[in-house]
Amino acid sequence: MEKFRTFTGVVAPLDRANVDTDAIIPKQFLKSIKRSGFGRNLFDEWRYLDHGEPEMDVTQRQLNPDFILNRPRYTSAQILLARDNFGCGSSREHAPWALQDYGFKVILAPSFADIFFNNCFKIGLLPIVQEGKIIDQLFHEVNETEGYALAVDLEKQILTTPSNAHFSFEVDAFRKHCLLNGLDEIGLTLQHAEKIKQFEQKRREEQPWLFS
Amino acid sequence: MQTLYDKLWAQHVVDTGSNGADSMALLYIDRHLVHEVTSPQAFESLKIAGRKPWRISSILAVADHNVPTTGRDQGIGDPTSRLQVETLDQNCDELGITEFKMNDQRQGIVHVIGPEQGATLPGMTVVCGDSHTSTHGAFGCLAFGIGTSEVEHVLATQCLLAKKSKSMRIVVEGKLGLGVTAKDIALAIIGKIGTAGGTGYAIEFAGSAIRALTMEGRMTLCNMAIEAGARAGMVAVDETTIQYIQGRPFAPQGELWDKAVAYWRTLHSDPDAVFDQTVNLEAAGIRPQVTWGTSPEMVTTVDGVVPDPNDVLEDIKRQDMEQALKYMGLQPNTPIQSITLDKVFIGSCTNSRIEDLRAAAEVVKGKHVASTIKLALVVPGSGLVKYQAEQEGLDKIFQAAGFEWREPGCSMCLAMNDDRLSKGERCASTSNRNFEGRQGPGGRTHLVSPAMAAAAAIAGHFVDVSQLSLS
Ligand code: SF4
Repeated sequence: MEKFRTFTGVVAPLDRANVDTDAIIPKQFLKSIKRSGFGRNLFDEWRYLDHGEPEMDVTQRQLNPDFILNRPRYTSAQILLARDNFGCGSSREHAPWALQDYGFKVILAPSFADIFFNNCFKIGLLPIVQEGKIIDQLFHEVNETEGYALAVDLEKQILTTPSNAHFSFEVDAFRKHCLLNGLDEIGLTLQHAEKIKQFEQKRREEQPWLFS
Repeated sequence: MQTLYDKLWAQHVVDTGSNGADSMALLYIDRHLVHEVTSPQAFESLKIAGRKPWRISSILAVADHNVPTTGRDQGIGDPTSRLQVETLDQNCDELGITEFKMNDQRQGIVHVIGPEQGATLPGMTVVCGDSHTSTHGAFGCLAFGIGTSEVEHVLATQCLLAKKSKSMRIVVEGKLGLGVTAKDIALAIIGKIGTAGGTGYAIEFAGSAIRALTMEGRMTLCNMAIEAGARAGMVAVDETTIQYIQGRPFAPQGELWDKAVAYWRTLHSDPDAVFDQTVNLEAAGIRPQVTWGTSPEMVTTVDGVVPDPNDVLEDIKRQDMEQALKYMGLQPNTPIQSITLDKVFIGSCTNSRIEDLRAAAEVVKGKHVASTIKLALVVPGSGLVKYQAEQEGLDKIFQAAGFEWREPGCSMCLAMNDDRLSKGERCASTSNRNFEGRQGPGGRTHLVSPAMAAAAAIAGHFVDVSQLSLS
């Protein structure tokens, strides 16, 4: 996993609650056995006017001019501003893969669905929960100002707006540590291999039916 | 004093505060279910890193999402679907993982076959790269969906890093009315607490109405916990649980069985356990449910009408409703029973078990699907459910009524195979998600119980099954 560094990125506003993972990456793209290449089909049904299939060349497809990410001012966006319960629905990690592959590094919302939230950290995408009031204000400011960008400092857990207002945010200490250092969680867990083996052995003795 | 969730959690903590993480625990995983869509990248990364699965015997694999429901002897037509299924077969063969292949009678939807085989047992931690893993919580186990990176983590370490959720108890007391099912309880709960109402919580379903449910009903309910935002749903172990498990292929036998049962009987919340939140529902007040929008919380009763966004004060909620109604092609205040349908789908990990098929068959027996219905599908949850149904003659009842009787799989629940809605088509579906495009691009989904779906197929529009069963 790449290390998460402090950066400043343009914010794109997606003003809809309950955006589900089917909308983030529709199922026809889940047939891939790879991890990459999902970005071009991010929000496929909203982003394009025609129906998309995996083998199609997206440069030949008709973009939906009304969809927010297709507006020229947001084409380089790296931060997605969203509404409540973002990422609900299926557990597909293809959703965070698609967001990251498209270029997003941070998703800001008042709340996230649990599995999606968890999946983001595993790949180095940072979901940030902010109070509804602040999210409302950010939506307002983003709409008002072309090129609106936020600075994200994960180390200090601070977001800075163009007018130099600061908002702090919460992040779990362990997840932060992994993001900042680009750590492989499996490697970390395997440092405890002995403990896992002992636990397993005890379990095998106490509840042998689990191991037959 | 512990909740059921506290007990299950405590039983599986290998380590707390590892790696300087005071908030994350290392949780041991007893059962790992695997399907073709969310596993290929995990197996690949595992191989690249030169790692091996920690405990092969904990894994049970099956292809369900992509498999065709007709003409299986000809294999899978769609090359990308085929590659995904073949990749699973290969990975399992190489590593020696137990897999029910497509033409094995035991094949079916992963959340149907786990319990059916007794591979899901009380007290276990059960994970799968699939959000509806919550289904297995019906057995008094801690079951939840994970992402592909976590699938790899469990393969490599038999553990997961997890954060303990808050606890919620949803109590449903009393007796359900005629024609009202577990599916209606689930939808009524989601209508009440919303699709994010359970976010951050593990839900325990309790109360006399829950205890009266069969295991099939409890699975339907726990299946939908994720639609209420909760990663895990669960029901305490009782006689119903134990009876269901006895004699299943992966279940313990003899002396081990007695030992296991003695332990399983402790898997309930202590009487004075404290929950972070409690929600109460009256069973008698629950009517058959029908969703009208593009989120499971957009739901009303069969005798209701499509709501009017103008009655809603909050801007975002109103806009969501307007968007949903536009997508669904519905006008506010339309009576639910006047909504006509194009297709009917009975299946999915929510409602494709034998009890579901029996309930639907009872409604259609001796009748015929309305001429306006283009397709009415029954897709059993597994090969064994299909076999059982055929033994009982249910296939004949469905076919005589004009339903198609298919091979098991996810099918039109998410339309990754050829079973799907065309643009603008409206479907009564026993599945769990009515999201935009879920059953095919532009398709319109109304979630209902199996009996409601069957009745709608016969009438061509929604009807109140509770009235039907009275006559
Ligand atoms: S039946 Fe539907 S919800 Fe269940 S596992 Fe298959 S696709 Fe997912």
